[in-house]
Amino acid sequence: MTPALELRGLSKRFGGLTATDHVSLSVPAGTLHALIGPNGAGKTTLINQVAGDLRHDAGAIMLGGIEIGALPAWERVRCGLARTFQIAQLLPHFSVLDNVALAIEVRQGHCFRFFADARKNRKARDQAMSHLEAVGLSTRASSAVSDLGQGECKQLDLAVALATRPSLLLLDEPMAGLSALESRKMTELLATLKGRLTMVLVEHDMDAVFALADRISVLVYGRVIATGTSEAIKADEAVRVAYLGEDDGRC
Amino acid sequence: MTWGALEAGPLQPAMRRLGRLSLRAAAAAMTVGLLLALPALAKVFHVVFVLGLATQVLIYAIAAMSLNLVLGYGGMVTFGQAAFFGLGGYTVGILHQQLSEAGAFLGLVPGSDSLVVCLAAAMLVSGCAAAIIGSLSLRASGVSFIMITLAFAQMLFFLFVSLKTYGGDDGLMMRHRDVAPFFDTGDDANYYGVCLGLAAGWFVLTARIVRSRFGFVLAGLRQNERRLMAVGIAPMRYRLVALIIAGMGTGLAGALMANDLRFVSPDMMHWTKSGDLMMMVIVGGTATLIGPLLGAAAMVLLEASLAAQTENWQLYLGLILLAIVMLTRGGLAAALDRLFGGRR
Amino acid sequence: MIVIEQILNGVEFGITLFLISAGLTLIFGVMGVINLSHGSLYMIGAYAAALIIAHTGSTWLALLGGLAVSAASGVVIEMVVVRRLYDRDPLDQVLATFALILMINQGAVMLFGRQPLFVSMPAVLLGSVSLLPGLSYPIYRLGVIVLGLVVAAALFLLINHTRIGMLVRAGATHRQMVRALGVRVGRLYTVIFGFGAMLAGLAGAIAGPITAVQVGMGEQILILAFVVVVIGGVGSVRGAFFGALAAGLVDTMTRAFLPMVFRQLMNGSDADALASGVSSISIYLLMALTLLVRPRRLLTGTP
Repeated sequence: MTPALELRGLSKRFGGLTATDHVSLSVPAGTLHALIGPNGAGKTTLINQVAGDLRHDAGAIMLGGIEIGALPAWERVRCGLARTFQIAQLLPHFSVLDNVALAIEVRQGHCFRFFADARKNRKARDQAMSHLEAVGLSTRASSAVSDLGQGECKQLDLAVALATRPSLLLLDEPMAGLSALESRKMTELLATLKGRLTMVLVEHDMDAVFALADRISVLVYGRVIATGTSEAIKADEAVRVAYLGEDDGRC
Repeated sequence: MTWGALEAGPLQPAMRRLGRLSLRAAAAAMTVGLLLALPALAKVFHVVFVLGLATQVLIYAIAAMSLNLVLGYGGMVTFGQAAFFGLGGYTVGILHQQLSEAGAFLGLVPGSDSLVVCLAAAMLVSGCAAAIIGSLSLRASGVSFIMITLAFAQMLFFLFVSLKTYGGDDGLMMRHRDVAPFFDTGDDANYYGVCLGLAAGWFVLTARIVRSRFGFVLAGLRQNERRLMAVGIAPMRYRLVALIIAGMGTGLAGALMANDLRFVSPDMMHWTKSGDLMMMVIVGGTATLIGPLLGAAAMVLLEASLAAQTENWQLYLGLILLAIVMLTRGGLAAALDRLFGGRR
Repeated sequence: MIVIEQILNGVEFGITLFLISAGLTLIFGVMGVINLSHGSLYMIGAYAAALIIAHTGSTWLALLGGLAVSAASGVVIEMVVVRRLYDRDPLDQVLATFALILMINQGAVMLFGRQPLFVSMPAVLLGSVSLLPGLSYPIYRLGVIVLGLVVAAALFLLINHTRIGMLVRAGATHRQMVRALGVRVGRLYTVIFGFGAMLAGLAGAIAGPITAVQVGMGEQILILAFVVVVIGGVGSVRGAFFGALAAGLVDTMTRAFLPMVFRQLMNGSDADALASGVSSISIYLLMALTLLVRPRRLLTGTP
């Protein structure tokens, strides 16, 4: 079975600093693989390289068995990859619905359509609504983005990512900045997605990680020091050493 | 600014919106009516010079609408739009000269004085130039982009200054306007009609583009490029197409200007002309449909009326522009919107 | 020999460009404001110096006067207009400073008329000096070069070895941080703006005897100054220095030697016209080359 995502020896250096040190990873389709580690371990940098926002220096990135490392970010999206952002990236002057509808329009075909009114595209609007319902934002469809709370912004970010119908979803700290209640809602939401697509989750919130992850990798100074199931990781000595005295990230 | 009753019943917002809509519709209808009747009115009131001014306003409106697509909707600050204005004008001028000298441009392209042919040629030339300049400039972003577009415009300016065969610094004169099949373009009222028709057409076209999927993507790119890339958009293609469309529109405006004045000069592509166009877009209100129209009208009419009053009109123009920037947000379009009780 | 003379001319032009671009790069880099009226400050300095020397005949007074008037104008402009533009859209900054150009230019026309003013060279700096056998060079231009180098050195010292210089460097890279640290940003900005204006005014004052003083001189050189800022990197005074020297040399050398080169290839008047065209755009070509070889993603100034 070709894994949905496979990283082989991925490396990235910034001058003298090794941000990603020969990381290898294999994620079977439909599972959720979590990436944890102390602050500064290079988790977001890794996500950025997989997504294509950052150019990797060495190694291979395989999506469903196909090497995508040479493709620019937007083309990787066309191959079925999607990501969310630690700080939700939204379109501030559009409504909530428009944010999602745009992603759907892009997926529907080429965007050099000059004459038809995009906002009259029933199919896109309906699909956008269903994605908003899936993340729990259907009541806010016509709100301005500036009226959304932190948690709602992250939900919208997720809805937009899902609107591209990805096969692989990279989640960069979806709980960051959320209250305990919002985090629980987000965790439930991600749980509903399990099985339907493959996910790589970068998080500090351990409750969410242990609730959702099929497998966990621990990243320290850009290197994977342990990979295994939740139990195995909880028991791993090296992991405990890495985290000893470390704030686990929750405020 | 509500329309009467204070209770918030379910009908009130709808009534208010209807009221606003009808006021705006009335204003729009009046303006269109005035524009259509202008030639007749000008003759009746013996103010024929008004036609010339109005023609200038319409021509600059086309250029401003084109720049607005790139600047307002696309979020690309370009200081090189005048290059296309000049190219459009020079296409007309050169074709005209080739015809009168029975020569051929570069030995290949014969001259012409057919309005349709010349306008189409102008759009073609400026579209191609926009494609070349755009694909080179879009490799940069931010200040670099601004400066590279500026550099290209200046290069074209100096090129045409040094081309003595086409007038150089003194410019090219045309003996008559390009000819159209059914009417005499030499008559100012007729030419005004041509410009009105083309301006209206460009307005409708711009409105469709802005509301289309392409416009949707362009506006998204302006707000958050990273987000658009994350949904599968390659930014440069869309920006380039926007630049090409804008280049064609500005070229059309330049060609119309050349015909209006029967004169082309390198000043049409100087960076200060780019600045003038930017002023119109900014003053009128970026990323709005009527903004460029208001801006073009404001700048042309202000300049004309101030120049008639005093030799020092630039001082007062500067003062007024400064006041507009400091005191309003969003230019004239936004001010009008607030005046008509828009939800701001 | 002609080559050396032209090199010196190029350096002299470069120095003038440097004085203007230094202020421009600081204002743009530290404060994030696109200031189109910077060229007008150059013009103000030139007119002030020309007036003072016409009335008093004293070179020193003219120089100081030019500096003072342009610095004061800069401070006034900052306090009345620019201060309100810091958080505005860059396009609004463009419009507002463009409006200022119109007003200042018209003001100059009202005061001095449209005819260019010719400033006579100060007597003490008249004549040429023999630098090398067969090469004599005008003392005034040498003086300009020396003055420019002194100012450049002083600027480097100021920026790299003083507290205010540290604030400027910090502000150029992390504007928000500097504000958050409680630095009195308002006063700092006014000082920087006034200082930049003074440099531009200095350039104008010393340019008087060499170029004609007239309305519109500011815009011509403003464009070139912006190009220099891009070549050298926004916010970098050192970059402005080397960029300006490069630009000055490229412009002067092409103007001096291209006609000769082109005359080998085509007939006289065509060659001259083409050479004039190419040398006019040489600085822009240099900028395009710099950008393509070292692409830089520069933000338009907003944090």
